[in-house]
Amino acid sequence: MIKKRLVLRFPPDLIDQPITYQLVKEYDLMVNILQGTVTPHEEGRLVVEIGGERKAVEKGLAYLSRLGVELQPLARDVHWHPAKCTHCTVCVPLCPTRAFTVSRENMTVSFDKNRCIACELCVRACPYKAIEILF
Amino acid sequence: MAKTYVQINEKIAKGEAVVVTAEEMTEIVAAEGAKKAAQEVDVVTTGTFGPMCSSGVFLNLGQIKPRMKFEKAWLSGVPAYAGMAAVDVYIGATELPDDDPRNKVFPGAFEYGGGHVIEDLVSGKPVRLRGIAYGTDCYPRREIEKTVTIRDVPEAILTNPRNAYQNYNVAVNKSDKVIYTYMGILQPHMGNANYCSAGQLSPLLNDPFYRTIGVGTRIFLGGTQGYVWSAGTQHNPGVARTEKGLPKTPAATLAVTGNLKEMSPEWVRGASLTGYGATLALGIGVPIPILDEEMAAYTAVRDEDICVQVVDYSRDYPQGRNKVLGFVNYRQLRDGKITVEGKEVPTGGLSSYARAKDITNLLKQMIKEGKFFLSEPVAQLPGAKA
Repeated sequence: MIKKRLVLRFPPDLIDQPITYQLVKEYDLMVNILQGTVTPHEEGRLVVEIGGERKAVEKGLAYLSRLGVELQPLARDVHWHPAKCTHCTVCVPLCPTRAFTVSRENMTVSFDKNRCIACELCVRACPYKAIEILF
Repeated sequence: MAKTYVQINEKIAKGEAVVVTAEEMTEIVAAEGAKKAAQEVDVVTTGTFGPMCSSGVFLNLGQIKPRMKFEKAWLSGVPAYAGMAAVDVYIGATELPDDDPRNKVFPGAFEYGGGHVIEDLVSGKPVRLRGIAYGTDCYPRREIEKTVTIRDVPEAILTNPRNAYQNYNVAVNKSDKVIYTYMGILQPHMGNANYCSAGQLSPLLNDPFYRTIGVGTRIFLGGTQGYVWSAGTQHNPGVARTEKGLPKTPAATLAVTGNLKEMSPEWVRGASLTGYGATLALGIGVPIPILDEEMAAYTAVRDEDICVQVVDYSRDYPQGRNKVLGFVNYRQLRDGKITVEGKEVPTGGLSSYARAKDITNLLKQMIKEGKFFLSEPVAQLPGAKA
């Protein structure tokens, strides 16, 4: 028996499908929905805890990936808000994985989510609350 | 042939003034020399955007029936100084709500303070006003609690005693634990180095002897036009300088003022420094008239020319020791790494070069469109070159 906390992102064409039902019925998984949002014409976002036998969880997640659902471990859901960022660069030397980088030409900051390991060092460092951990 | 403020303003009025940013001026002088640049260019725009703790707003809250003389006042829970006439108060950028836990759970988050109240006011958001008074024959009311916005108050005047520092420090931490400072979070064993200046774009580094920046200078402040009203607190022009006259340590400062009602939240931002406190980040821009060849040469300043001292904020700074670990320049700082005592240290800024550059462009546009005129100082700052 294992448990995984995940952030699931549904493309617009999947929003009306009973995917959670399938996970329960076909894959024998416990699905605990921690948070859910559906934005009209955009995407569905679900924070879930999925529990079950290791094999069943793996099969269930494979099913989600096949459908086109984007899976992400919950811990990695760090959000950078460009509109709040002043490009001061104070977060940059603190980031251990260089998820935050500076274009030295115009001194603007950018964030590569794929590099982020959610250590959260930047969250406390940002004076403008431009980095947020979404749960 | 020297130019005068009057001549430059006449050209601005006709839409004929040649206005360039501090970055552009560096290239022009490098290519053509200061003499030719002085003939061609009329105005160079400078800018800076960063946390400026010595800031605050005078508010006149408007009288109420029956009348009241505030003894104590709070705006959205943040105390405002009320030791002035009737309904005048001053909200300071670093003030905290009475019930903020400060650093009791270390490091404190300082989510909301005076700087955030000021940003909320500028944004037109409602702010909760509470006031108490002891009551007098002429001002009988003893308390008030109501919601106000910046539109409801008769006056809101940003009035800052110390902004736009001419150069600053680079902060590192030589201890073996993380420290939380006004220069940001500093990792142990010099894991990072933080700086806070717009370097070659910074107003006072483009006029190192205050020939044109003085009392009465019209400036870009928070998105509108403001003024320098004095040398700022801790103004210290007599420090060691480089051959080009640039101060090697924090030197001059400006006291500035402007109408908060005309400002924009883009340039007036509440900020929280973990473990340290709340503050206000502010955008300031100063146009520099190119009166002669000397001013052209000053405004051609480059980041690599500006020397800045590296200071240990774990022991030396807090203990007030004047120890310097070494000097670096803003070119190295902006490139992302410096070498301190033989160790390579990655750098981060608190002052935003990108936003400072935006200000230089915005101010350039305002002047070119004839919306912003230059003013000759009515008095010079202490230490100014005649």
